Amino acid sequence: MFRHRSHIVTLAFLCVVAIGSAAFAGDSAADVVDHSGITHGAASGTWMEVVLFYMVAAVAVISALGVCFSKNIVRMAVWLFGALGSVALLYFMLAANFIAAIQLIVYAGGTLILLVFGVMLTSKSPWAKFEPRKIEIWGAAIVCGVLFICLSLLLTRAQFDTTISSVSGSSIADIGRALLTTYLVPFELAGVLLMIVMVGAAHLARQEK
Amino acid sequence: MEHIGLTHYLIVAAVLFCCGIFTMATKRNAIGILIGVELVLNSTGINLVAFDRYMGPGRLDGQIVAIFMIVLAAAETALAVGICINVYKNIATVDVDMASQLRG
Repeated sequence: MFRHRSHIVTLAFLCVVAIGSAAFAGDSAADVVDHSGITHGAASGTWMEVVLFYMVAAVAVISALGVCFSKNIVRMAVWLFGALGSVALLYFMLAANFIAAIQLIVYAGGTLILLVFGVMLTSKSPWAKFEPRKIEIWGAAIVCGVLFICLSLLLTRAQFDTTISSVSGSSIADIGRALLTTYLVPFELAGVLLMIVMVGAAHLARQEK
Repeated sequence: MEHIGLTHYLIVAAVLFCCGIFTMATKRNAIGILIGVELVLNSTGINLVAFDRYMGPGRLDGQIVAIFMIVLAAAETALAVGICINVYKNIATVDVDMASQLRG
């Protein structure tokens, strides 16, 4: 049953990825032609973009709900893969190519594998029943529902002063230049943090002598 | 057909945020709580990149902060999985309600 369903999920995800990359390639080709700088790729509003957005958003929302409501931890990880991949597609649609690639490499390639390893190393608990009580589920559902209703009311009523930046502004060279000039200190701190975390994780998970 | 604007992305991010909060609140498995945290962080990333795209023309601040967000999320996951493995070694379960004992 699970194998069957995961195959379907994976197939659907791959279809969305294929359509998305094709449409994105078409979109960026259109951007190259359009050099006026005032009309922009995503703002030119092809129906393809709208359809694509709703498909990707549907995959993201369904995957997130699947993470919420699946009991098995491995199924949760599979649903999380769908959510991470569709978020990467959303980054592509927002013309943030580098962030999307990083999302796929670091999240879907690294973090998810780490989580699955964690599941494998901590499974087979002898007496654990990971069932929350009914009142906890209802309390959390009410809180999250109210939160979501408030957020969506707020977001739909807010007036954002939106101007779409040109796609060429988000090239990888610009990101690298900004990382090594304006954001140099956070960049170095992130490097130090990663080293500390590596040492700390190895220390935490070491074998007891 | 309407344009896809900033609000659409923010609504998707809000759905992911609420699902992450729900997952964190209802799962007993420590790894499940981690998965909820990942969902919340991803919704943050959507917000950052969407605001960068629609409200900061020619600037890259949102994308750079999104990169740092991803770095911090990876670091947090590595440490948290290490802690989970350690907890599993000590009390033979990753049920967060069972981990109620402090030992020096």
